[in-house]
Amino acid sequence: LKWKLSFQISAALKEGQVSPTELCQRCLSLIKATKFLNAYITVAEETALKQAEESEERYKRGQILGDLDGVPVAIKDNFSTAGIETTCASNMLKGYIPPYNATVVQKLLDQGAVLLGKTNLDEFAMGSGSTDGIFGPVRNPWSYSRQYREKCVQNTQTENEDSNWLITGGSSGGSAAAVSSFTCFTALGSDTGGSTRNPAALCGVVGLKPTYGLISRHGLIPLVNSMDVPGILTRCVDDAAIVLGVLAGHDPKDSTTVQDPFKPFELPSFIDASKLCIGIPKEYHAPGLSSETLALWSKAADLFENAGARVKEVSLPHTQYSIICYHVLCTAEVASNMARFDGLEYGHRSSMDKSTEVMYAATRREGFNDVVRGRILSGNYFLLKQNYENYFIKAQKVRRLIANDFVNVFNGGIDVLLTPTTLRDTIPYVEFIKEDNRTRSAQDDIFTQAANMAGLPAITVPTAVSERGLPIGLQFIGRAFREQQLLTVAKWFEKQVQFPMIQLQGMMDHGHIVSLHQKSASLS
Amino acid sequence: MEQKPLPQKTLTVEVLDHLERLALVDFRTLEGVQRLEKAIQFADQLHAVNTQGVEPMDSVLEDRCLYLREDNITEGNCTEDLLCNARETVEEYFIAPPGNIPLPKLNERDTFLQVSE
Repeated sequence: LKWKLSFQISAALKEGQVSPTELCQRCLSLIKATKFLNAYITVAEETALKQAEESEERYKRGQILGDLDGVPVAIKDNFSTAGIETTCASNMLKGYIPPYNATVVQKLLDQGAVLLGKTNLDEFAMGSGSTDGIFGPVRNPWSYSRQYREKCVQNTQTENEDSNWLITGGSSGGSAAAVSSFTCFTALGSDTGGSTRNPAALCGVVGLKPTYGLISRHGLIPLVNSMDVPGILTRCVDDAAIVLGVLAGHDPKDSTTVQDPFKPFELPSFIDASKLCIGIPKEYHAPGLSSETLALWSKAADLFENAGARVKEVSLPHTQYSIICYHVLCTAEVASNMARFDGLEYGHRSSMDKSTEVMYAATRREGFNDVVRGRILSGNYFLLKQNYENYFIKAQKVRRLIANDFVNVFNGGIDVLLTPTTLRDTIPYVEFIKEDNRTRSAQDDIFTQAANMAGLPAITVPTAVSERGLPIGLQFIGRAFREQQLLTVAKWFEKQVQFPMIQLQGMMDHGHIVSLHQKSASLS
Repeated sequence: MEQKPLPQKTLTVEVLDHLERLALVDFRTLEGVQRLEKAIQFADQLHAVNTQGVEPMDSVLEDRCLYLREDNITEGNCTEDLLCNARETVEEYFIAPPGNIPLPKLNERDTFLQVSE
C-alpha cells in the first residue's frame, strides 16, 4: 500500500502482482484499522468492491481504461458523488445524496478508479485545521509515527496520554490524512485559500493547487467561486502529474474552465535545474515563521543555486494584504453562495413552519455552525449598500494589486517562486483550538492565499522532518497554466531532499493507542 | 504591515436587524455581535492600501472570453431524482410554509426562534 501510484502500483496491477479487488480490500481494512484518525466521513465499501471487481474484469480482458484503473482513491466530502452521501461536514447537508457526480469524480471513475469514500473537512471547507466539522476533528497520522513518538518520549512526560495528537491542517485534512496513512493512493481536496496545500504540508504529502480554470468545479459545492479549485493530494510529484492529466481540461458544465486543449504530460526523469530562475519573495519572511522552516527555506534556495540555477530575491509588496482581502471577498461570496440552503429543495429543514421566513431562519440556524453563520453575516455586512464600495469593491481592487505583483515578477524573468507553505510544522489539537477559526485561518493561509487571489498554480512538496519529528513542506508557485514547468521543478526538488517515509508500522496497532482511540471515536 | 488605529465602529440595532433579515440567520448574542465587530475591524486594515486608479478585479479570467454553450437541452427528465432530496413534496412540487409573513420584530423574536432548541 506504500507504493506510489506512478509506475509502481499501475505496474503491479498490470503485471498481475496484485488484483484490484485485493488492493481495494487491503485499503478498506486499513481504513478500519485507522478509523480513529477520523479521516473518512463515509466509506463506500460496497460500491468500492463492485468497482474493483469490474476493474478486475477489465484487467482479465486486457481492456483497462487508463493508468488509474483499479487504483483506490478518496474524495473530499464537498464534491458531489452520485448515490453517496455528501455532507460538507455540516448538519445542513447530513443525509444529502447527490443525484450526480462532480465532473472530477466522473473523470476518475471513467478511468476505472475505485472510490473508497468521502473524506473529512471543516464545515463547508471553512477552516485551516480540519477541526470544525460536525464529525469531529481529523487526527494527523504523524501523531502516531515512530519519528514523532520517539521525540515525544525524549521531550515530554506525556507519552502515555492521548492529548498529544496533532491536527492535520485544513480544510482538506481528511484527504491529507488518508494519503499519508496509506489508505488510498490519491485523494481530491479543494483549495480556496490553501485548503489543499496546508494539510498536505502538515501531513507530509504532495498537494497541488492547479491554475484557476484548468479543472472543472462542476459538482464541487462552492465556497468562493472566483477562487475555488479542486486540489490533488498524492505521495509524490509524478503522481500529481498523472492525476492532473486525468482531471484537467474544459468542461461544458463549468463556464470558468478554459477551452484551450490540455495535453497530459509525463515529467522527465532527468531535469536540468541550471537554466531555472527561482524567485524568493522577501515579504514571505513573515512574523511567526519558525526558525526551522526559515532555515529549510534558505537551504532549499541554496540547493537550486548549487545546481546552477539563478536565485533572485523578488518583491510582492501587496501579498501581505491577501489574507485581509480574502476575508472580505470570501465572506461576501459565502453570503451569496450559502443563500441556496433554505431547507426547501434539499438538505436540512427545520420543523418550524409558521411561515416561509421563519422556516428559512430556523433551518439556517440549526444547519450551520458558528463559523459559517459568522461568515455569512460578515459577508452580508460588507455587501450592504452603504459598505459595498468601501469593503467589497475595495477588496477587489486590492486583489488586482496582488495579482499584478505576480505578473511583474514573472515578467521579470522568474520561472517559479519558492516559499514556505506554512509558518511551522503542525501543532497539537489542544493548542490549535485556543484561537478562533478566523484568527487561525488568517495565520495558516498566509503563504498560500495569494496564489488563489491570482489564480496561479502552486504545489507543496514535503521537504524535511522537523526537530519534533514532524513534516515541513515548501511551496512552489508557477505561472498560470504552466503546470508542466512547475511540477518539473517540484520533482527535481523532491529528488534532492529525499523526504523520509512516515513510519507507522507497529505504532498504529499498538494496543493501548488503538483502544484509547476507539473510546474517543465512539464518543464523538 | 502598517497598522493605522481606526475608530471602532459600533453596530446600530437597525443595521443588526437588517443584517439578520438579509442573511436569514439570527446571531443576536453578545458573542455573535462581537465576532462581527472583530471581522469588520480586521477588514478595515484594507484601507491602508492605496487603490487610486485601480480597477476592481472580479475574476482572474477577465481577459478571456466566457464560454457559452449552445442553447440546446442536454439534460432533463430528472424530476424524481431532484425531488427525492426534499423533505416535503406534493406531486411535483416543493412545499413551503405560508409566505409573505415577515419575520417577527426583535422583541417578539426570542419566543419563536428558541423553540426548536
